[in-house]
Amino acid sequence: MSTDLDPTGPSAIADGDPDQLLAIADRVAGWARSGEDIEVYVARGDETEIRAYAGEVESLTSATSAGIGIRVVVDHRLGFAWAGSLEPSVLEETLAEARDNASFATADEHVQLAVPDGVPAVPVDLWDEGLAGVPTTRKVELALALEAQARSADPRIRQVDHADYGDGSVETALVSTTGIRASTRKTSGFISVGVIAGEGEASQTGGGFSVGRGFDGLDLDKATDDAVTRAVRLLGATKGPSGRATVVFDRRVATTLLSVVSSALSGEAVAKGRSFFAGRIGEMVGDPALTLVDDPTDPRAYGAAAYDAEGLACRRNVLIDAGMLRAFLYDTVSASRSGVTSTGSAVRGGFSGTPGPGCRALTLAPGPEGYDEDGVLAAVGEGLFVQSMTGVHSGVNPISGDFSVGAEGLMIRDGKLAEPVREITVASTLQRMLQSLVAVGADLEWLPGIAAGQTLAIGDMQLSGT
Amino acid sequence: MIDSPVLERVLSEALRHGGEFAEVFAEDRSTSSALLDDGRVEELSSGRERGAGIRVVSGETTGFAHTADLTEAGLLRAAEAASAVARSGGGGTATVAVGPLDRGAPDGRGAGRAALTPLGSKGDTLELLNRADDAARSTGSGITQVQAGCGGSRRQVLIANSEGLLAHDQQARTRFSVSCVATGDTGLQTGFESAARTLGFELFDEVSVEELAQLAAGRALSKLSARPAPSGELPVVLAGGSGGILFHEACGHGLEADHIVKDASVYTGMVGQQVASPLVTLVDDGTVGSEWGTFAVDDEGRPAQRNVLIENGILTDYLWDYLRARKEGRLSSGNGRRQTYQHLPMVRMTNTFLLAGEEDPDEIVAQTPRGVYVAKLGGGQVNTTTGDFVFGTTEAYLIEGGKITEPLRDANLIGNGPEVLKRIDAVATDFSMTPGTCGKDGQSVPVGCGQATMRLTGVTIGGTAE
Repeated sequence: MSTDLDPTGPSAIADGDPDQLLAIADRVAGWARSGEDIEVYVARGDETEIRAYAGEVESLTSATSAGIGIRVVVDHRLGFAWAGSLEPSVLEETLAEARDNASFATADEHVQLAVPDGVPAVPVDLWDEGLAGVPTTRKVELALALEAQARSADPRIRQVDHADYGDGSVETALVSTTGIRASTRKTSGFISVGVIAGEGEASQTGGGFSVGRGFDGLDLDKATDDAVTRAVRLLGATKGPSGRATVVFDRRVATTLLSVVSSALSGEAVAKGRSFFAGRIGEMVGDPALTLVDDPTDPRAYGAAAYDAEGLACRRNVLIDAGMLRAFLYDTVSASRSGVTSTGSAVRGGFSGTPGPGCRALTLAPGPEGYDEDGVLAAVGEGLFVQSMTGVHSGVNPISGDFSVGAEGLMIRDGKLAEPVREITVASTLQRMLQSLVAVGADLEWLPGIAAGQTLAIGDMQLSGT
Repeated sequence: MIDSPVLERVLSEALRHGGEFAEVFAEDRSTSSALLDDGRVEELSSGRERGAGIRVVSGETTGFAHTADLTEAGLLRAAEAASAVARSGGGGTATVAVGPLDRGAPDGRGAGRAALTPLGSKGDTLELLNRADDAARSTGSGITQVQAGCGGSRRQVLIANSEGLLAHDQQARTRFSVSCVATGDTGLQTGFESAARTLGFELFDEVSVEELAQLAAGRALSKLSARPAPSGELPVVLAGGSGGILFHEACGHGLEADHIVKDASVYTGMVGQQVASPLVTLVDDGTVGSEWGTFAVDDEGRPAQRNVLIENGILTDYLWDYLRARKEGRLSSGNGRRQTYQHLPMVRMTNTFLLAGEEDPDEIVAQTPRGVYVAKLGGGQVNTTTGDFVFGTTEAYLIEGGKITEPLRDANLIGNGPEVLKRIDAVATDFSMTPGTCGKDGQSVPVGCGQATMRLTGVTIGGTAE
């Protein structure tokens, strides 16, 4: 079984003393030679993952990991090196390698490290003190309970493909010779379950999950109900129809859609002519009901953060305002290239990645009160409700805007969910979809990933099926 | 990497609290990459990671822990953590001896070939990137952006287990890719091409970076005048090479034993039955030349082997790793793979391909009155339980009157594995392979896909044209 949404998110980390990581970063930054700037990113994490199957623990993983990523800038040339270890000899080797890499890069006046910009960081508390004290036996019990509940939730559930518990903690420290000094820490917990429902020959799958900052508050009922409902309501699905239709995207699917759109809002993609939004600031790129904001300072957001991946304060950025394109997201280099300043939007994929601009916490301005899923369906009347999408990486191109994905879900008739359909594609272009917005749900839910989930209705899409 | 007496003591410690099987997987991996973007060498990156993953199997449960500390003390701590799952077991003492049987690569098969040439010098790599950039830009004035990347990795692995196995392998992999953006009146279009082999820098004795660049640029340019892809069901001719992804998605994943034993695959219980057109003989083979999915031993220490999965349309076997094979009282098929030492092994494909047929590829097109010719596929995704899958085109044309005519914009194709496999009515002689990255359960591994030009009598195409 495969799913688009990975509720585990970025790998998590550790229980140490954050000052220890800062001390390591300070030490390495202190090795800078004259005429050279260094940025040191140090991360450490712990994680536990438990998979239950058929009433037993199928696997239990516990792990600690740590590593360092070093950027060196000499004469506007950038070099990077990383290592999955914090041993002193490794730190020296890694710095030497980053220096050597810098000597081969092209000199570029825009290449530089972030410099403090005076914007104060908004503190966000992302650390669950209780997590470290939860014994493994309780985590095992939760995974087993999740599997058992999913298995017995409905007589049509034939199999529980996976029932997982996971948690982690991550601490990071970032120090540069240009005056950046920041540390972060974050915990996370999740449960995730996938079920197979069957009736006669036909089988259908559904997944559900619950995420949080720790162990407490993970919602077993929500995860199982979601998985079971999604699998069972697809039973009997037949190949869907062809034709033009309004498509309502479930909240989880909408999260993926917004994430795709966000890559076209990257200041780097724009500066390099790899975005269909390039050169369109101030133009109407969407329906007037479309307002899109990235705000990592909202502590409820899964991607909330006080500092970006270059150590600048995260901030609220309005990207599209009532349909008008207002701004792009920048890190230090892409901002310099575009003659603007960083929007505090650098992200990076752990210690082995380099920073680049990206979203952390996108939301759409909610639609009118009463626009929960049922409300949006009622407003739409007739169309297709998509509960899951496949082929997003192969069929959605954020440069050209071409959009074609596989879908499964239910037809909408008289404003209500009707018969299930599968093996159908939904196609348009991202440009046209933004203009064809029919409704945004007022049912905002923070889901794992970089965007909130809100039911979304988009008109004039091409369905391809029978 | 680790001496035998240490391995024996660590394995003994892992089984001290009970359990039937213990394994140490140690890995030392170096990576390097260089990226030329927007006419500049923007980033050279180097990374180093080493560590060990230890698993203990006790009844139905696997305990797993990993560490970056390869000293005996570090390994013993990980063994202790992994064995925690066996605490409820009988306990007692276990004595483990590894070797002298060494199942490492005999006569340099796989391994020797893989490590002939180290990663190229940074200067040589930059020259290749610049040549690719020049070649892409000189393909046509519509090319407005070029990104060329070269990455290499060298990986030493050691596997020892409580059954006395001691195996090692060295794997060198090199990949070169070019992405282009073309700009025209219709907006932006993209083209991509890559070459990747289980080789060192000698990859470039076999591969011309100029050719890769021209293919990528040509793809982007031709789509500037592309019309929207059709919707509905049409015959599809897949060009040799990249169409192999069809088999990877339509049945490869569904033949992985972890899905089979959980009854989460449409192919469960179908060995001996006709599951595809008689023209289909499908093989998974980790020993083929220097293909991207080739290795000497898998990540559980089993030598790679050739496995016939479907013969003349009849399902002959599934793909197995150690755990699933053990339950069935058989040997692993050499398909136990993992992304890094931080991951548990799973059943994975290696190089999966359809054996060539007897027809002339041009004749197949000539005998197709109307349809779609797919010259290059991007990627795909499958739900193994239902068999529904998608795969995306990145270069496709209309076939009209037996001739390839107008270019089409990118779209996903959607189908159901068991149904589509029966609709293959022609296979040509022009076999070739393409590299890909296969993602499953959060782990990515390199794989190869291959086939000759072939025709499907009908597949649903997810375009925007009515």
